Amino acid sequence: MGKIWRISGPVIIAEKMRGSQVYEVVDVGDDRLTGEIIGLEGDKAVIQVYEDTAGLRVGEPVTGTGEILMVDLGPGMVGNIYDGVQRSLVTMQEDIGDFILRGTRTFALDRDKKWRFTPSVKSGDTVGEGDIIGSVPETGLIEHKIMVPIGVEGKILEIHEGDFTIEEPVAVIEHDGTRRELTMVQRWPARKPRIYKRRFDPVDLLVTGTRIIDYLFPLALGGKAAIPGGFGTGKTVNLQQMARWSQTHLNIYVGCGERGNEMADVLHSFKQLKDPATGRMLQEKEIFIANTSNMPVVAREISIFIGITMAEYFRDMGYDVLLVADSTSRWAEAMREIGSRLEETPGEEGFPTYLGSRLSSFYERSGRVECVGNPSRMGSATVIGSVSPPGADFSEPVTQATLRIVDALYSLDVALANKRHFPTINWLQSYSLYADSVDKWWNKISNEYSDVRNETLATLQKEAELEEIVRLVGPEALPEDDKLLLLVARMIREDFLMQSAFHPVDTYTEPKRNHTMIRAIMKFYEISRDMVDSGTLVSDISALKLKQRISRMKDIPHDEFDAYVANLMSDMEQSSVHEEEGGDN
Amino acid sequence: MEAPQLFTRQTKAIAVARRSLLVIESIPGIRYDEIVDVQLGTGELRTGQVIEVGKETTVVQVFGGVSEVDLLKSKVIYKGETLKLPVSPDILGRIFDGSGNPIDGGPPVIAESYLDINGIPANPSSRIPPAEFIETGISAIDGLNVLVRGQKLPIFSGSGLPHNKIAAQILRQASLRGKSEEFAIVFGAIGVSYDDAAYFIDNLEQTGALSRAVAFINTASSPVIERLSTPRLALTAAEYLAWEQDKHVLVILTDITNYCDALRELAAMRGEIPSRRGYPGYMYTDLASLYERAGRISGREGSVTILPILTMPDDDITHPIADLTGYITEGQIVLSRALERKRIYPPIDVFLSLSRMMKEGIGEGNTREDHNNVFMQSYAMYAEGNYLREISTVIGSEALSDRDKTYLEVSDRFEQEFISQGESERRSVEETLEIAWNLFSVLPVEDLKLIQQQYIDRYLPKRG
Repeated sequence: MGKIWRISGPVIIAEKMRGSQVYEVVDVGDDRLTGEIIGLEGDKAVIQVYEDTAGLRVGEPVTGTGEILMVDLGPGMVGNIYDGVQRSLVTMQEDIGDFILRGTRTFALDRDKKWRFTPSVKSGDTVGEGDIIGSVPETGLIEHKIMVPIGVEGKILEIHEGDFTIEEPVAVIEHDGTRRELTMVQRWPARKPRIYKRRFDPVDLLVTGTRIIDYLFPLALGGKAAIPGGFGTGKTVNLQQMARWSQTHLNIYVGCGERGNEMADVLHSFKQLKDPATGRMLQEKEIFIANTSNMPVVAREISIFIGITMAEYFRDMGYDVLLVADSTSRWAEAMREIGSRLEETPGEEGFPTYLGSRLSSFYERSGRVECVGNPSRMGSATVIGSVSPPGADFSEPVTQATLRIVDALYSLDVALANKRHFPTINWLQSYSLYADSVDKWWNKISNEYSDVRNETLATLQKEAELEEIVRLVGPEALPEDDKLLLLVARMIREDFLMQSAFHPVDTYTEPKRNHTMIRAIMKFYEISRDMVDSGTLVSDISALKLKQRISRMKDIPHDEFDAYVANLMSDMEQSSVHEEEGGDN
Repeated sequence: MEAPQLFTRQTKAIAVARRSLLVIESIPGIRYDEIVDVQLGTGELRTGQVIEVGKETTVVQVFGGVSEVDLLKSKVIYKGETLKLPVSPDILGRIFDGSGNPIDGGPPVIAESYLDINGIPANPSSRIPPAEFIETGISAIDGLNVLVRGQKLPIFSGSGLPHNKIAAQILRQASLRGKSEEFAIVFGAIGVSYDDAAYFIDNLEQTGALSRAVAFINTASSPVIERLSTPRLALTAAEYLAWEQDKHVLVILTDITNYCDALRELAAMRGEIPSRRGYPGYMYTDLASLYERAGRISGREGSVTILPILTMPDDDITHPIADLTGYITEGQIVLSRALERKRIYPPIDVFLSLSRMMKEGIGEGNTREDHNNVFMQSYAMYAEGNYLREISTVIGSEALSDRDKTYLEVSDRFEQEFISQGESERRSVEETLEIAWNLFSVLPVEDLKLIQQQYIDRYLPKRG
């Protein structure tokens, strides 16, 4: 057992620590705070402490646990709320009340709850690492597959159906004459990526329900994306929307150094909202990690790795998992703080020089893979991180390091926020490298997808150019066809890109409806272009009832939508025929 | 401030005195972060804080600096305590300094208990999302940037702008709709001028609110280190009143810019690596440890609502103080020099201002069913008007269409009639919404895209 030798903020040095290893978890001080060894020198260990160190004294004991930081993986995670070091905040609330006291220990998983285990292999079968041996209905939405831990194989001697706690053995296997009991829980080091057989390109659309993302800048299952934005641009609302509506099997929401009230809002809303595809409560497919900004800084650093380890674990069951991390900037700041306490040579703006590699060690754990073990299966982990650039200045180190790693960028725009255009995703600056690869997926909905997408983007691009001119000469000086383009671009912005996260219908748009909406606007463009050609003024087109009907399209309930649009489309056809007839006369 | 003294030890073994730091020989039992007394040869006492402790040496930062410290006669006295605030229901009506000593001539508070001024983080799972509307009587806030109980909503101001007047007006007028209950007020003055502090105290006295208020005053001439403890004392008092005494508490902290400058000053003395504009890299976390103490907790009656005031250097909203605050708080009320020049009071810039908790606090049951629609339409209308104003400065207003001219006119009226109001004018939320509806009635009805038809039928004044 060692003793505290020096204390400086969240970093302490302990002596008499010979025999410890780097990244070993230690208990620090009389209150047994959780810490992690980040360096060894002689018999001294440098330790980062995951809890507030105020009041610690030199000479207090430091005890090694012999283990590096592990994540407990097993039934009981879904719907749970964890702090940055996987202590269950729900259990903590029950045990010690409304405030987080130092040195509190809680198990990550409920040790007493009985789960119904149904085997999918039988005695005599030979199993290897990653093989699914049975499953547990964890929630109405998640069938928790029990897998043989990595590095374990053998012949099943016994396996039982029935109700078990996570610590009771459900099977016994034998390998080379040694027997081993398998329980439903396994542990994995948080900083180490879990293994898989093969990696595949992301090609399937991750349906988020946010129109501008799904249609213009699509994200693929297994992809990685970043959302940078200044304060007030709605980063958190965007991420919450994705965690709410994304059509994945499981979502993990990591609140890293963000607001407590917002976290409370997420937690409460997920208890009330239903998944659009299944009608089940959203909570049944979510795991929360809440390390708010007033909780210990060091725990921010590890919370992200705990989240991604959980994501990989469910990926390995063959699920599509989405992890959203809000905010990676707070995570980077935590690294900066530790780095400066360790007196490391700082890189840009005081951030550690390993900022880029640490960021990529997180984002690179996303992917679409063939999982280890039988039966053969595919799974994916998609990662979206928000970035909070100081002063909304994207040239700062965290944003720039992130941009080099991710394949999709949703750039949030302060100017749009000031205009109350939400989501504030800027259509000129955002991009997605997945647009081409999910093309096939979209073609199943409509083979016009690429054309409509390109035309939409081109219209918006042209609008930006015309806006420059308007600022000089005024809108009235433009020719009629340019005026029409401005009108249509405005419709695209207001009636398609703008989307209310708080309207019960508008909050989630499924892909077919998404396509239908933009298609209707483009159809309007088509017929009004003909009208302009035959001499109708844009000011008259702008007053058309049809245009108003398009703008009401967003809020039409799902069950009435098809009829509403069918009507709208046929009236547009009619009016164009009408117009042509008129032109003939 | 009196705190229970468990044990006292002292040392004269000061090895180094430089800048504001003392390096002393360690004494067993000294705690990281604890508060110590430094006694000079003359007998003068200064406060210090343990910022690093090791087996052989301990580093103490002396508040007030090390001038006149000598290595022979000066000594460091350990108390074994971190800074604590004595609390009891009797703190209401009292005024303290930045160390928690009474400065109103009254007796010391007889403590019910002593609370660590750093507080303890609330379990996110125990928090409930703030949702109850606070009526401030100010249209630009109640109509467009709603404040709710448990929110932290700063006022971003600039030198010479009337942030104190607005904060005082909110203090006077803030009420929970339909409830007679009044807020308890906690006021923390951080490095402000004596006049500014007196303005608030007088205001509270005149309105009779002082009996339900507690103030912590650190003026510009008070010790710099107490700028760091003042807001923490204020928030500790607020938490006590909210969580132990079931009160709804409104906390005003002014001026956060002085707080951050103190943080920078002390960090620089410690020789820390600075981040943007010399402020320490952990300023986000430090500010969060203040602002995050706002909130509501399930099963408890009270709430803590925080209104910090900060003056943006050079009106720059990207300055680290405003920027980091904006990342933590749930929105911001931004004051505009342009509106102030037009003699609009309160000069609230409704484009840059935002309340993130708004959607929870409005609508049927909270304010009125049409509130959200009115809010959206008002923004759209005012934004359009501003865009056209910008264009018309280049091309002249003659080049605009009649519709555009209407928008120009109505957005001027929006500033004059909706945003602008008297310093003691208290508008109900219905009156605020009525003003907006009157302005909407000038617009073509088909332009009211953001309002549901049923509300148009119900609330739009009929044209005469």
